[in-house]
Amino acid sequence: MKKALFILAVFVSSAFGEVDNEATRDVLERLALAGKSEQTGVLAELAQLGDPFIKEFVDAWRVGEVFSYEISDTETIVLQRVSENYRRLSNDEVIEIPNTESDKVSKIRPSRSLRRELKKITDTIDLASPDVGTRMDAALKLGLSQRLEYMESLQSKFEAESNARAKAAFEEAINIIILANHQSPEELNQAVQRLGELKSLPGRDQISGIQTKAVEEGNSELASICSTALRQIDNRQRTIERWGNLVRGLSLGSVLLMVAFGLAITFGLMGIINMAHGEFIAIGGYTCYVMQNIFASSFGEQSAAYQWFFWVSLPICFLVAGGIGYGLEKGLFRFLYKRPLESLLATWGLSMVMQQLFRLKFGAANVQVNTPDILIGNFDFWGIALSYTRVFVVAFAGFVVVMTWLLLTKTNLGLYIRAVMQNRNMASSLGIPVSRVNSLTFAFGCGLAALAGAALSQIGNVGPSMGQTYIVDSFMVVVVGGVGNLLGAGISALGIGTVDQFLQPTFGPVMGKIIVFLMIILFLQWKPGGLFPTKSRSMDD
Amino acid sequence: MNVFDSKLETRGFIVTMIVLLFAIPMMNAFFPENSFFHISSFQLSLWGKYVTYAILAMSLNVLWGYTGMLCLCQSLFFALGAYAFGMYLVLHIGIDDVYNTPLPVFMDFQGYTELPWYWAPFEYAPFAVVASLAIPGLVAFVFGTLIFRSRIRGVYFSIITQALTYALMLFFFKNNLELFGQSYILFGGNNGLNDFKEIFRANINSAATQRWLFIASVVLMLSVYLLIAWVLKTKFGKVQQAIRDSENRIRFSGYSTSTYKLLIFTACAMIAGAAGALYVPQVGGINANEMTPAKSLDVVVWVAFGGRGTKFGPILGAVVVSLLKSFFLRAAPDSWLIILGGIFIFTVLFMPNGLVGLPGQLKPWLNRIRGNKPLVSEEASSPSVP
Repeated sequence: MKKALFILAVFVSSAFGEVDNEATRDVLERLALAGKSEQTGVLAELAQLGDPFIKEFVDAWRVGEVFSYEISDTETIVLQRVSENYRRLSNDEVIEIPNTESDKVSKIRPSRSLRRELKKITDTIDLASPDVGTRMDAALKLGLSQRLEYMESLQSKFEAESNARAKAAFEEAINIIILANHQSPEELNQAVQRLGELKSLPGRDQISGIQTKAVEEGNSELASICSTALRQIDNRQRTIERWGNLVRGLSLGSVLLMVAFGLAITFGLMGIINMAHGEFIAIGGYTCYVMQNIFASSFGEQSAAYQWFFWVSLPICFLVAGGIGYGLEKGLFRFLYKRPLESLLATWGLSMVMQQLFRLKFGAANVQVNTPDILIGNFDFWGIALSYTRVFVVAFAGFVVVMTWLLLTKTNLGLYIRAVMQNRNMASSLGIPVSRVNSLTFAFGCGLAALAGAALSQIGNVGPSMGQTYIVDSFMVVVVGGVGNLLGAGISALGIGTVDQFLQPTFGPVMGKIIVFLMIILFLQWKPGGLFPTKSRSMDD
Repeated sequence: MNVFDSKLETRGFIVTMIVLLFAIPMMNAFFPENSFFHISSFQLSLWGKYVTYAILAMSLNVLWGYTGMLCLCQSLFFALGAYAFGMYLVLHIGIDDVYNTPLPVFMDFQGYTELPWYWAPFEYAPFAVVASLAIPGLVAFVFGTLIFRSRIRGVYFSIITQALTYALMLFFFKNNLELFGQSYILFGGNNGLNDFKEIFRANINSAATQRWLFIASVVLMLSVYLLIAWVLKTKFGKVQQAIRDSENRIRFSGYSTSTYKLLIFTACAMIAGAAGALYVPQVGGINANEMTPAKSLDVVVWVAFGGRGTKFGPILGAVVVSLLKSFFLRAAPDSWLIILGGIFIFTVLFMPNGLVGLPGQLKPWLNRIRGNKPLVSEEASSPSVP
């Protein structure tokens, strides 16, 4: 998108032949050599250009790195000193100056008034940047400075702007400047009203300040305009918060989803409740941590390869946890089939052992798993900041869900799994290798938990008891969703995650959790078997 | 009606009663400190703690061993009882030396000058005693009504009770509850209630008080034992065990299993609450750590290790595991959790009948070692508990 815009901008500019770098350099050269009387005209020309090079050059000029050089009696060129080399301004080539001619080189210094003018131009230079985001940021920055001198360039850019969002940003900036520099009450009223219509968050503080003043002065008209504007802005703010909550809830729900999928499969298939499932989340987190250390020690933290540690960790997490799960199924869990209550105890014991092992190996404190550079930052979506990591977690959960669905519906193993889930004995007598299916499914469920742990390492803490934080929630997800039902698990995971996040701002995290829990209890009054109860002809035992 | 199953049990019960109710308190009271027979007050209150644990384990055993409901909120009820009585104790500390306040110090820190209304009644000892039974009972009744009405059972019951524990634990870890713009002070947050001074107008730390508390715990334990033994002989007890073995069959026979379960659940919560009330003055404090889901699972392991579905097993399990814990926490603090986890796994895999069932389990082996042929193929008669 950025690239396309840039190409478009280049195309537009080349059609008019103005914002070309060569043209900029030419204008700058003329400016540097211009006498006082000619400067104004050249400056006006310069102000039309949006080339970031201007800033670079002006900075160099200000610190005394720009020189004039008389090549011949008639021709003088401008040089810029870049790390001990003189470069010609007009074409950026390095020029060797013979020792004999060193007296022909002299430093050019901009006069005070010129410097002021130049600063204005460099400050507003981003307003003409080809990138919309940069233009908008620059406009807001100038607006918030509330200095009248930027007004003119903002006005002219506002009229020339074609992009609707950038135009709105320019208008917002202009109006914010007017707030502090208004000529007449009508102008102020208009600016406040317009800012309200634009739902300008940056202008909120100013407007509320004006409102208090207006109330003190008894200016009821202005006060009412202000309160309308504030209401509009606050509505916007709330919308943004709501979306932020939604994304946080969805990402939390996605983690729960991956955890609950593993639980739902193992419970639906084998009838065992795996209390140690949370520790497989921790295995995922710690695998990322170990991989990070391996990458740091073998490639160094600055290397490009280091950035890959997280992506390499993902499949490794899955394999490590799957391998451990496979071993445990063979060594422990297969003795527990059909004894659900006792399996709960044995797996709880296992979970304690594993937690303590983590603590002994990695210490009781949380460890830090870094975020790869590519995931640092936010999407800015109409003022709603969506952090890349959260979006990544949601997308990753989506990927995991699709893969699980493919595994269950499109592969032989999936067919076996579904058959065993439906009727273990019948499946066994039809020649399905039930014990192998069990081991593989259990390993798969553990792998899913580890993937959840890896995702969690980007949005939460990695510590010995990280699994415990999520295990109670994910059990609830399984219960609400209907046991062994993946669709139900999916819906209830996202639902519980989102409801939790929406309650937290009002009730605090603790009361939020308690309310969610009460809601689950009440929900189970209505649908005791969960969202999608398993249909079966057998009573129970 | 004889409530005991065998002569051995009758004799054992009487001996235990004499030892715990008379011999041990007397050894604490009448022998001089350096005598071999002296039992220090510290030891006595430690054993008093174990006795309350044993009561807690017995109450879970009724639920799990005899009714087939693996309840993971038993230590929550224990803690609720403990908190209710702890509130009485903390209100009778008197004027604090340092902060010069008649209120519990954590209230003073928050700027309270008088007791909130929901704290006030706990100043009266009878109210606190009743509340330590009634509050767990009430919570269990309301919660149980909802749960049993929607026929949640088996592992779902365990999961939901665990979630209840988790939710209430979070609640008790808070200092204040902010609700509709009002702030309510809770029960001491992280630190909980401690530093008690007097109980029923007596100094709580004196040897005599601790002795009486020990005796009270033992009396409660023995009465609960008798109660369980008696109930098991009645029709109610038979229905209860039948629910464990096949709930649907019982329901189809016309029994309202939900009512039975609710009644048992509530009664067990009250027993656990009573145990908690006796626990607080002997240990000297209660905090929300006693409510963590892990504590409830500890109780489960006591019962499983001692012998589920037996009358004596839970007592044995609670005492033995607690002794192991205090030993290992001193000898190898890092590996205690690993050992406890190992006990869990080992018990489930190899000792389905717990310590009490171990002799029966080992008999065929011993016979083989002695060269005797086993008379009958004596499989350890395991009660089929789901």
